[in-house]
Amino acid sequence: MKAVVHVFLKPGVLDVQGKAVEQALHGLGWPAVGHVRVGRTIEFDLAAGDAAAAEAEVKAMCEKLLANTVIESYRVEVA
Amino acid sequence: MKAAVIVFPGSNCDRDCKVAIERSTGAEVSMVWHQETELPDGVDLIVLPGGFSYGDYLRCGAMAALSPVMADVKAAAERGVATVGICNGFQILCEAGMLPGALLRNDHLKYNCKPVALEVSNAQTRFTAGYAGRREVAMTVGNGEGNFFADAATLDRLEGEGQVVFRYLANPNGSARDIAGIVNGAGNVLGLMPHPDRAFEPELGSADGAILFQSALASA
Repeated sequence: MKAVVHVFLKPGVLDVQGKAVEQALHGLGWPAVGHVRVGRTIEFDLAAGDAAAAEAEVKAMCEKLLANTVIESYRVEVA
Repeated sequence: MKAAVIVFPGSNCDRDCKVAIERSTGAEVSMVWHQETELPDGVDLIVLPGGFSYGDYLRCGAMAALSPVMADVKAAAERGVATVGICNGFQILCEAGMLPGALLRNDHLKYNCKPVALEVSNAQTRFTAGYAGRREVAMTVGNGEGNFFADAATLDRLEGEGQVVFRYLANPNGSARDIAGIVNGAGNVLGLMPHPDRAFEPELGSADGAILFQSALASA
């Protein structure tokens, strides 16, 4: 199975990188852009019986390593 | 007195720490490679140095927190051994769950490299007792991700329990409540972004860092 993990800073955590990108987009002529968040995508293959089992495993990986839940939230896709 | 400096791939203040501890305290300092599974016997002080362990991959300190040696570092800290994480070492302690909170990118996105004035917010810890009531000390910072973050409840608890040890007099990076360094609840694990290892003799602009290492070992 293919797992895709999206990791972003939590809404309450200032995303300075997102802010800088937003300002750059404004400077390039897209003033309508707002609330830019820069995150990270991690994808990998995983041998698992079914999607539910895979999702549970990937969530455990997120809690242990892939995300720092003090500052980040994550979203898991398994297909 | 014995101290151990943990060396991760990408640590770059490990030798500075060794020299700083030796010159400030006369302790015997072992360099411990991160793949080791045991610290030397009878260590009184463990230091996690600054640098860019594992190239800051994933998050600063995230990979180092999972290094083999960290299991014994945690066990020693639980036994009460004085443990100090400086800069990247602070990030590693947070990632390892040995200290609360996390270090975010500096609010201005720049790498900060400059002297900083610090308030000694708690002079009663085993790391700050040697300042003998001095309210202000000088060290330097050198980091891109030194912006301390924790949720409001955690910050309130840190402040209420006297776990905030150092504060910036002029906040250089957006750190929550000007926090530069904290200790764990037991008081034996300290994490700080400023470098005592770059301020251990007057020729470096400040010798205030030496007192931190002396205090840590005096209390061992």
